[in-house]
Amino acid sequence: MTINPNGRQVPLPDDASAPFFDGAGRGELMLQACAACGAWMWPVKPRCVECWSDSVQWRRASGRASVYSYAVMHGDFPGFVSPYVLATVETEEGVRFTTDLAGIGPDQVHIGMPLTVVTEQLTPEVAIPGFRPAQA
Amino acid sequence: MTATAAIVGLGITDMGKIYDRSGADFAADAVTQAVADAGLSKSDIDGLLVNGNLWPDSQPTLQMMLGLEDLTLCSAMTAAGSTAGQLVQYATMAIEHELASAVVLLFADVPLRRGVGSGAAYNMLDFWPMTGMSGLRLAWGEFGANPSYALAARRHMHLFGTTSDHFGTIAVGQRQWALMNPKAQITKPLTLEEYHASRWVVEPLHLFDCCLVSNGAVALVITSSERAADMRQPPVYVAGYGQGHPGDNQRRGRDPGVHTGAALSGPLALRSAGVALTDIDFLELYDCYTYTVLVTLEDYGFCAKGEGGGFVSDGKLAPGGSLPTNTGGGQLSSYYMWGFTPMSEAVIQMRGQAGQRQVPKNDLCLVSTQGGILNFHSTTILSKSRQAGS
Repeated sequence: MTINPNGRQVPLPDDASAPFFDGAGRGELMLQACAACGAWMWPVKPRCVECWSDSVQWRRASGRASVYSYAVMHGDFPGFVSPYVLATVETEEGVRFTTDLAGIGPDQVHIGMPLTVVTEQLTPEVAIPGFRPAQA
Repeated sequence: MTATAAIVGLGITDMGKIYDRSGADFAADAVTQAVADAGLSKSDIDGLLVNGNLWPDSQPTLQMMLGLEDLTLCSAMTAAGSTAGQLVQYATMAIEHELASAVVLLFADVPLRRGVGSGAAYNMLDFWPMTGMSGLRLAWGEFGANPSYALAARRHMHLFGTTSDHFGTIAVGQRQWALMNPKAQITKPLTLEEYHASRWVVEPLHLFDCCLVSNGAVALVITSSERAADMRQPPVYVAGYGQGHPGDNQRRGRDPGVHTGAALSGPLALRSAGVALTDIDFLELYDCYTYTVLVTLEDYGFCAKGEGGGFVSDGKLAPGGSLPTNTGGGQLSSYYMWGFTPMSEAVIQMRGQAGQRQVPKNDLCLVSTQGGILNFHSTTILSKSRQAGS
């Protein structure tokens, strides 16, 4: 297990996920999409979850997303200063996942809030996407 | 439907912060209690179904630990928290098809360790894989199951104006039930003010919105209706059942925390039992969080989607209310044995053995079990008579 100097848990990219983490280092959100039917999906799927085609490929998503729901974490968690915001975000492509919005205060966040992707460099080797409020 | 099987044995160990007993010890305690309760002996048991959970020994090898020989049915199974309902259903079908004649269902778990908080038992730091996309979960600060339910509850609040008062009413009502349950871990009353004053776990969930964590075990014995008719305990017939697993794939189009598997499972169970929602006398609903109770009531159709808050606000779920629900205090206030919490309390109430907390009418009970963040769901209808609704 890798932990960064702030105590944050660091994922270990593998072959299947490397394009996602490489993209994060460039400030891009990479998502899987089906070359046959165009469906976007999350996270790594062996076949398209819509049409079962095996032509699943990584594509650069727009990087725009919005808050679908949010919660505020309280307590002691490694790498985070509580209270911090956790949100399920929905990307412009229609994919949802849950990420921290630690840069956004509990009093600022709201459902529907527009977000944009940034690079969150956890260690010199590993970056993940982070989200900030989008400029209107 | 004429029930083909009935629950005839129940064993419940001491529950809670008990650190000096092993999972195997709890398992053996529950199973021996349940078999004795049924008036059977070890050699009568020919089936074992184990609820897979966080205890790594929840495996079919418990057969040997328990000294059960020459079984004709044996498996460990899991669909997360919904498993208990499935085990009852599969045991009923196995009995119907004569794969086995007396089946033990078992849940045993020991997540609590001395000196470690309940939250830490489920925060995933010990076992969550950090490789690949899975590693994003902890890197993005999502620890344990509490956040997922908080996110679902917040979405419901946003869409329908559901409030903490609504959740608090559920917590307070269930605590009233727990005070009459000698097996309950919590013995202190709870007011709505105390609920609101309790610390945030993950906002909008207060401490008292969240279930307990327990060490302990529960076992059930199921046999055929014919055999059940003249056994030691009043039979609790398995009158009908259904399952529903929506399979949300984190894509636009579904509202997974707001529309749960209950909507699919409930109607199937009622249809198979040949009864209507209005025939049900009391409910034992999976209540990992107060919100789970509210959304399950909606998805079963006790009220319209979005109206769960208003529906529970008059206290109808609490003692003396018109829809007695989680009558032993549930996972919130009695003990947390996943789906075996609602299932065990249903059996006690159906037998008429609930003492002070006995519900006034107990002909038909609906039991829900759910897990996988509101995805896996099963519904079981239990009946006092072999022909449900008669």
